Amino acid sequence: MQITVNVNGADYAREVEARLLLIHFLRDDLGLTGSHWGCDTSNCGACVVWLDDVPVKSCTMLAAMADGHRVRTVEDLAVGGELDPVQQGFSECHGLQCGFCTPGMMMTARWLLDHNPDPAPEEIREALSGQVCRCTGYENIVRSVLWAAKHEAGQREAGA
Amino acid sequence: MQVPAYVEYEKATSVEHALALLTRFGPEARILAGGHSLIPMMKLRLVQPETLIDINGLSELSFITVADGELRIGALTRHAQLLDSAVAGEHFAILHDAERVIADPIVRNWGTVGGSLCQADPSEDLSGTFASLKATMVIRGPDGTRTVSAREFHTGPYETVVAPAELLTEIRIAIRPGCGSAYEKVGRRVGDWPVGAAAAVVWLAGDTIADAGLGLTAVGARNFAAAEAEEFLRGAPAGEDSYAEAGRIAAEHCRPSSDQRGPAGYKRHLACELTARALRRAVRRARGLDAAGRSA
Amino acid sequence: MRHGDGQMTGEGEAGGAYGPVRRKEDARFIRGQGNFTDDIRLPGMLHGAILRSPLAHARIASIDVTAAEAHPRVRAVITGQTLADRGLAWMPTLSQDVQAVLATDKVRFQGQEVAFVVAEDRYSARDALELISVDYEPLPPVIDARTALDPGAPVIRDDLAGKQDNHIFDWEAGDQVATDAVFAGADVVVAQDMLYPRSHPAPLETCGAVADFNKISGQLTIWTTSQAPHAHRTLYALVVGLPEHKIRIISPDVGGGFGNKVPIYPGYLCAVVGSMLTGSPVKWMEDRSENLMSTSFARDYHMHGEIAATRDGTILAVRATVLADHGAFNGSAQPSKFPAGFFHIFTGSYDLRAAHCQVTGVYTNKAPGGVAYSCSFRITEAVYLVERMVDILAGELGMDPAELRMKNLLRPEQFPYTCPTGWQYDSGNYPRALQVAMDIADYPELRREQASKRERGEHMGIGISFFTEGVGAGPRKHMDILGLGMADGADLRMHPTGKAVLSVSCQTQGQGHETTFAQIVAQELGLSPDDVDVVHGDTDRTPFGLGTYGSRSTPVSGAAAAVVARKVRERARIVASAMLEVAPDDLEWSGRRWQVRGDPEKARTITEIAMAAHGALELPEGVEGHLDAATVYNPPNLTHPFGAYICVTDVDPVTGQVQIRRFIAVDDCGVRINPMIVEGQVHGGLADGVGMALMQVIAFDADGNCLGGSFMDYLLPTSMECPSWELGATVTPSPHHPIGAKGVGESATVGSPPAIVNSVLDALRPFGVRHADMPLTPAAVWSAVQGHPYRSDLAIT
Repeated sequence: MQITVNVNGADYAREVEARLLLIHFLRDDLGLTGSHWGCDTSNCGACVVWLDDVPVKSCTMLAAMADGHRVRTVEDLAVGGELDPVQQGFSECHGLQCGFCTPGMMMTARWLLDHNPDPAPEEIREALSGQVCRCTGYENIVRSVLWAAKHEAGQREAGA
Repeated sequence: MQVPAYVEYEKATSVEHALALLTRFGPEARILAGGHSLIPMMKLRLVQPETLIDINGLSELSFITVADGELRIGALTRHAQLLDSAVAGEHFAILHDAERVIADPIVRNWGTVGGSLCQADPSEDLSGTFASLKATMVIRGPDGTRTVSAREFHTGPYETVVAPAELLTEIRIAIRPGCGSAYEKVGRRVGDWPVGAAAAVVWLAGDTIADAGLGLTAVGARNFAAAEAEEFLRGAPAGEDSYAEAGRIAAEHCRPSSDQRGPAGYKRHLACELTARALRRAVRRARGLDAAGRSA
Repeated sequence: MRHGDGQMTGEGEAGGAYGPVRRKEDARFIRGQGNFTDDIRLPGMLHGAILRSPLAHARIASIDVTAAEAHPRVRAVITGQTLADRGLAWMPTLSQDVQAVLATDKVRFQGQEVAFVVAEDRYSARDALELISVDYEPLPPVIDARTALDPGAPVIRDDLAGKQDNHIFDWEAGDQVATDAVFAGADVVVAQDMLYPRSHPAPLETCGAVADFNKISGQLTIWTTSQAPHAHRTLYALVVGLPEHKIRIISPDVGGGFGNKVPIYPGYLCAVVGSMLTGSPVKWMEDRSENLMSTSFARDYHMHGEIAATRDGTILAVRATVLADHGAFNGSAQPSKFPAGFFHIFTGSYDLRAAHCQVTGVYTNKAPGGVAYSCSFRITEAVYLVERMVDILAGELGMDPAELRMKNLLRPEQFPYTCPTGWQYDSGNYPRALQVAMDIADYPELRREQASKRERGEHMGIGISFFTEGVGAGPRKHMDILGLGMADGADLRMHPTGKAVLSVSCQTQGQGHETTFAQIVAQELGLSPDDVDVVHGDTDRTPFGLGTYGSRSTPVSGAAAAVVARKVRERARIVASAMLEVAPDDLEWSGRRWQVRGDPEKARTITEIAMAAHGALELPEGVEGHLDAATVYNPPNLTHPFGAYICVTDVDPVTGQVQIRRFIAVDDCGVRINPMIVEGQVHGGLADGVGMALMQVIAFDADGNCLGGSFMDYLLPTSMECPSWELGATVTPSPHHPIGAKGVGESATVGSPPAIVNSVLDALRPFGVRHADMPLTPAAVWSAVQGHPYRSDLAIT
């Protein structure tokens, strides 16, 4: 079947099987290997991308379900080569080690800060509770998101 | 990662169209809503439908409204939307309690209320919840619309009364005065299926429980309900002795099985304890008190 | 030291390039530009999928692949017979056993590899698996390790000539006679059975390989998730029969290892054969259920521990007998002379008179493995045993567990200390570390709070764990894996403009080597870490070594990096002496420059010296140009990081639910090159403890069906179960390590489970619960409170 998906602002028309999972469409058909997969049962969250402005687990979606919709992946976080504050925060606060869960974590963090610019640590933990990290023990991920929130608040103040 | 078997795909443009497609493609067709119950089963090849009928475009099935004295929830409502709905939480706090402990925030963004109910997992939190609310399921088919009580909706593990050519469209809950509700769940971890869970809805008249709805999940309760314990509670005083006895009766009538989540004896114990805890909180809420017993 | 305030300070570092330098590798990962094995796409690449046994123990009567071969997108189907015809149906394991690559006669665990399909895309490969039909004749399985040696138990390894039972090895350490004598004369002897259940490291990236065999050049290139690329290369040469110089192993970015990616798995070999047969590259990436069901599991030690003490709380001796469940093939990865790894460090952190342990390994119808999941070669099991025994002893004596430990911890003046089973602990100040932890926790206040809560019927627990690790394997005369000595190389090249390239044999899977190793070289040469590039993972570009696991990178490769940098620095001294026209002995190193003693203005930096070394400068007789150097570091001993952990839990005895309220971790890993990275390593290991203590187990039912085959049942801790870790540090440098560093990667995984279990059981003391096995799920806690704790590793029927 023919689908057209807008990914990171560009339209992609492709011939796919209905059963093709969205994560495979992004990685294998479009070469966007920044999003990963790590389980069979929708538990780990390595595959989190945005579908029409909400984070979803792309391993549990068919590419066909994204036909006519918008997808945003980690490759879209940096704007014109400039890192998103979430990306900066992860680097500043050692929020990643092997880097495999990181794209998914950052996509959820970006969405959280867009809707809750000043989250408490418990709110960050809850927002990320559907995504697994095996390396960091989560503490530095939380600090990374707090860093980004503080950085953005500072920029808003400076801009205001 | 595991991948589904070959499947055909149709996109429904309206409820009528979805029903027509269901009829056309027969019993080997499955409705694709959020897909967060169906697609994992397809990846593991536990189910292999021939055709998927994608209803995600049917915005007419996504709503949360109050009409004619009922809270009405469209089947395509995402879990996150129900959790976020002020009007739902205002009438039935149990809906927020339950949604908060279903899966995880990302899954809740896309999985639907109708999808979870139709999946009919014996450990489905919403099944016990809607049973306790004595909800009504609205089902549309080629011959029109019918309603079924939430307590008659399930016919067995992973089986409901929704026929192959039918679609669950809506869940309705009657709004009556004096209501308080709560959900209590024990899992091995956040986001886990329940080891045991209890749903309690009370309608108070003064200090008496005028009516009660009790739901149980994951403990083999018939129709996800604790009907005998409800019978006991009707007319009983709203107090600790009633909660404890209701829990005891609920536990007596459920039939949990031992598995990796726990032994049957433990699950039965949870049925008892969690029923009592859910009732305690439901009564507090009916009285307008918070968890610590203070005016909310 | 730091007191849990989230600040990262640099106590104990030498200054200079050490410190919380931000990681260089982050640049690609935060942009989604990592290069993991499944990201690799080669022209014409095909995809492999494995058909696995549904049964735990069965004879293969027949296998028919014709329908699969007829699938239009299938290019090859490989069976055990295909491999047997090439002498490849069996491969050696890391423990001197053999393992089936694809089953020929029998299947011996659920999930065992039976056939391999190569197809044009991964979906077709998966479809084709269903077109293979296998006729199995079921055999009775051995699932409970405690029955494996029963007379008449089904023999699993009838492939081994003359094998009549399921016994693998017996091994012991310590002095049994002396230990028995101490026990016989002791006031108090406490005994306890305890299980360290089977779990699995479950890195977020599963295992896989892309194999590309070039028929014309005879070159085999394999991109693979490997923690030990050189060891893999040598093994492939031995197994496949290709000349080793024609084999290139590349570990690209690896998404977590934790010991899971040490062995060579059948899928990798099948991908190699698939590439040889089809003439195209073949990618095989396992799915999560394959990872959990067939790759290296961890632990599964059935332990009986005993501890002897005086009435007033002096610990005298410990002894243990262990039944080790190794699965169907002995594939555990540890130095060859140590079939039970370093378990005999179960003497722990205490001054003991005697100790003895005996370990028996058995086969069962389960996946092979055992040494994995950051165990430091079974030190997780050893520390769990001794720390549980110490707590049980404290209960028996009516002593506070902190007080009992403080009374018996080794004293600083006792180091280097040789324990009763022969380990020489290099350095440590144990009482200081425990005191720091107790101060951060405000231990007396916690006990007061516990007492007052108990009066109100609320149950909190305070659990302590003190551990001594043993890492950095190891001296080559004692430690080898399959005959390959555990010494690692490092090469350092200085470019004319003063930039350095360090090539190391270890393989990061998230530990930050690209940054920390650059810091080591920068520190030794007075450069910035930005001036030093670290190359790893490609066997064509790096020196030989045994890889990264067992926390050995800093102790071994880190030492090699420091040594090779010092070699370069010494060569630079000679060049500088020629530049400054002085004798080499007239120069002293300032930390940044070679300068003339007494005349510091006459000096040269490494950068200046590098250009001169490549230039026309006349060098002294016998001195070669350039500034490159190589070394192989043979560690003289293990290093012994240690730590004191305190865990506070709140337990609901009615539902059995456990909440971890606080976790205080004080670690001593010697000199801390990058405290930010050290802390990250500790955080990650502490989360492992939460998983193992409260929710993780790979369980089986009586038929051998694996019940932990997905993340729905093999539960991993999330951000909600993990508290905000409170870290502290002490620094006791290792006297034998060139920069005094000890390594830290697995410390927290070793030390945290007993702290959490001790905490929960401390909470349950009023109920008379002496012990309950991990994982302490709500059901397990409740059952213990009812007086009947149960085994979680076998399904409840």
